Amino acid sequence: MTARLLDAGDGAVTIEFGDQITSQLVGRVAALDKLLQAARERGELAGVVETMPTFRSLTVLYDPLQTSRAALDPVLTALASQSEAAPAANGRRWRLPVCYGGEFGADLADVASATGLSPDAVVQLHADTELSVYMIGFMPGFPFMGDLPSALDMPRRREPRLRVPAGSVAITGSLTAIYPWQSPGGWQLIGRCPVPLFDAAAATPSLLAPGDTVRFEAITAQRLAELEAAITAGELGPHAWLAETP
Amino acid sequence: MTATVEVVSPGALSTLQDLGRPGWRRHGVPGCGALDPALLRIANVLAGNAEGAAAIEFFVAGPTLKALDEPVQLGFAGDFSLTLVRANGERTQLDSWRSVTLWPGDTLRAGSPRNSRCGVVAVRGLVAPLVLGSASTYMRALLGGYGGRALAAGDKLSASAMPLKAGMVPTEQILRRPRAPERGAMRVVLGPQADHFDAAALASFFGSEYQVSTEVDRMGVRLQGPALLHNDRGGEIVSDATVPGSIQVPGNGLPIVLLADGQTAGGYPKIATVISADLPRLAVAAVGTPLRFESVTVAQAEALAREHEAALRRLLSAIEPLALDGDVDLHAMYNANLVSGMIDAFDPR
Repeated sequence: MTARLLDAGDGAVTIEFGDQITSQLVGRVAALDKLLQAARERGELAGVVETMPTFRSLTVLYDPLQTSRAALDPVLTALASQSEAAPAANGRRWRLPVCYGGEFGADLADVASATGLSPDAVVQLHADTELSVYMIGFMPGFPFMGDLPSALDMPRRREPRLRVPAGSVAITGSLTAIYPWQSPGGWQLIGRCPVPLFDAAAATPSLLAPGDTVRFEAITAQRLAELEAAITAGELGPHAWLAETP
Repeated sequence: MTATVEVVSPGALSTLQDLGRPGWRRHGVPGCGALDPALLRIANVLAGNAEGAAAIEFFVAGPTLKALDEPVQLGFAGDFSLTLVRANGERTQLDSWRSVTLWPGDTLRAGSPRNSRCGVVAVRGLVAPLVLGSASTYMRALLGGYGGRALAAGDKLSASAMPLKAGMVPTEQILRRPRAPERGAMRVVLGPQADHFDAAALASFFGSEYQVSTEVDRMGVRLQGPALLHNDRGGEIVSDATVPGSIQVPGNGLPIVLLADGQTAGGYPKIATVISADLPRLAVAAVGTPLRFESVTVAQAEALAREHEAALRRLLSAIEPLALDGDVDLHAMYNANLVSGMIDAFDPR
């Protein structure tokens, strides 16, 4: 698995390991990210501003007034060849409540008819799958999670919605996500999760991080309303959603 | 002491921005910050602030601001007119690229930017809380700025009061020769997914004229022009990182250039990246502006970034005190009982 350096303008370079969604690639990206962070702390990568890990690549953002690709590339290439697919990080385990279907999951019926499953079977498959958080991106706190069973494989909607409500739980392909904020979006909406996924005041603003695992728990609309009220009242902090360690 | 500036009218999409919020992309937070950082830095120096202080960025129509209790100095960068209405009703027309001091009761309206969609108004000593290290407003997640949102009529901005002793008149600053509008091609570095396009699509991209469509905001600019066909690698990729300047080509083939508030990851192939020296020009280009693209190497782009910064430094150092030039400053002197004397107690950098 050799790395490719891809040009991304004069302020970024992408180190790409592959073009698949696999835990192995995610692990390798995380390993390189760690090596790079250590090199930065040793002062070897002056001018690097930040790194952005994704499913399959690490993008290094740099300040072209302080450094250049000519200076960075040899270091990045060497670090990339050192990085090995690390075992999945020992992330945290979360249990997140979801109210499926109805007004909160406008596409559940479509997903059911497209997959040939009953709506209940779709919910059960989704909630019974232990999911890995692969990356955070697109918008603050937005978790790309997988893998869903192939029975739930759905394309994106042909017409993306202009307004996906905040908290929407959505699926496409082998992935599922929660929209932390209202936004446009093309994924299939199947439920609503009340848990805040981003808090700018927290030490780590995104609730979830790559390497974490998530399992969903189906709840009723009444329970959703209760949880939303408790969260608004500040009665349920982030730790409320950690699964008990087995 | 605090000076209060009232937003009488917000103009269009006026938000507080600074030089951005680096370091949080891994949490899904884009860099944010002024779309044209040069305008922000010039406006701040005109107003006597540090270059990277938070200021008001506006689009298409400028805000109208009023000094309430204390004098306040404003700096204006971008090409637009200023209408100053003194507390006694006296009206003066001025041009931007200068500072103006408002006395209590004075109102100033910034006009519409010419040849651009963006301008910046800096407020001397503006107080803006930092969120994740920056005062920049990121509206999608209600972060930073004024409650995470665009300014609205009636909002009140706080600034540290100018230490004006009785009888003293603040010095105004001016940039006499602002940068000339650049009209050349937008330079881009090919990639990271130029291999999703065959030679004909690349020839079309570099050989055609595109226009800035009406679908523009702080996240991105959608272009109008010839659609770019993906080759058999297809129109979707496994999401990877996007950066400001990324040119995404979605299924309809019409390029989208991502800007400061653009998403941090995306699943469309990116044909090229607009270089940092040219991205501000594209980001603030008015709707309908014709654009052509030209390919440069990374090393050329890095050299252009350094030249762009050097040119901006020359502009910043050309900012000079404005000699009393008639009604405005004379009026300030009348307000100050005709006693002469100038102060500039703030560090201009």
